[in-house]
Amino acid sequence: MATLAKDFTEKVNGPVSAALLAGGIGSAAMGVITLIYEINDKSAFAKSMTWSKAVGGLSGKSMWSIIIFFVAWAILHYIWKDKETDFARISSIAIALLVVGLLGTFPPVWELFK
Amino acid sequence: MEMNLRETWTVVHGMVFGFIFLLGFSGAVYMIYSMKPQLLTAEGITKTANAAKVYVWGLALSVWAAVFTGAWVVYPWYRAVPADGTTDLSTFPKFLLLASENTAKWHEFGMEWKEHVAFLAPIAATVVAFVVSYYGPTLAKKVGERRAVMIFFIFAFVATAIAGMFGAFITKAAAVR
Repeated sequence: MATLAKDFTEKVNGPVSAALLAGGIGSAAMGVITLIYEINDKSAFAKSMTWSKAVGGLSGKSMWSIIIFFVAWAILHYIWKDKETDFARISSIAIALLVVGLLGTFPPVWELFK
Repeated sequence: MEMNLRETWTVVHGMVFGFIFLLGFSGAVYMIYSMKPQLLTAEGITKTANAAKVYVWGLALSVWAAVFTGAWVVYPWYRAVPADGTTDLSTFPKFLLLASENTAKWHEFGMEWKEHVAFLAPIAATVVAFVVSYYGPTLAKKVGERRAVMIFFIFAFVATAIAGMFGAFITKAAAVR
């Protein structure tokens, strides 16, 4: 029984908010970077995304998004690790950012901006 | 029934790593959904939470492996540029697809969507794995957090399903050989 009571110890939601928001930021980053790239794939920005000739622009787009995800997570976790946050608001923002990522990676959306 | 190196890696990417995530998703999401005091005893919640931690981290690692083998191993073979004058495009899948109006959209829409949306899946799946690990059995008391985690997990599944579906169709139209 004591073990079960320990299993259910309350924890602050800060780290969870940090992870969710970072996930949304990483996802949105992939969407926005991809959209900017696809609007003009001959631009200096697009060329800077070719970290690997074999993989092409996907190499930079994906690696930047992954880096942004982990950096955002580290920062937000550091700020919120001992805090109770407004989870409802933060999770809503995170989910909205997931949708930004989904839209930015959808080819017909690129055509709207070209 | 022989497969060359490229075909083997394509299978590893899609039918091993990608498939593990797609197949394992429903069990994992049900585990998270079922972590409710109305459905399980405290002991049941603890056992489910402990199993879920291993399960969701395994799925997250699998989908990371899927996107990295896809982007860094298989994709270069897919998009390789044939030398000028090449007439047999069978080993240049991207250019084989683009050579015909009937198949061009498999690349212009299918591959372009798949290669980008896929990367959203491991990000979302990692968030899920962290939250499940952080809260453990306490997740049973967190209705909002459990709902958000399931949304993220479903999102990861949808992204993977899109990538997997187009991967299968593109392989049918122009396999990496």
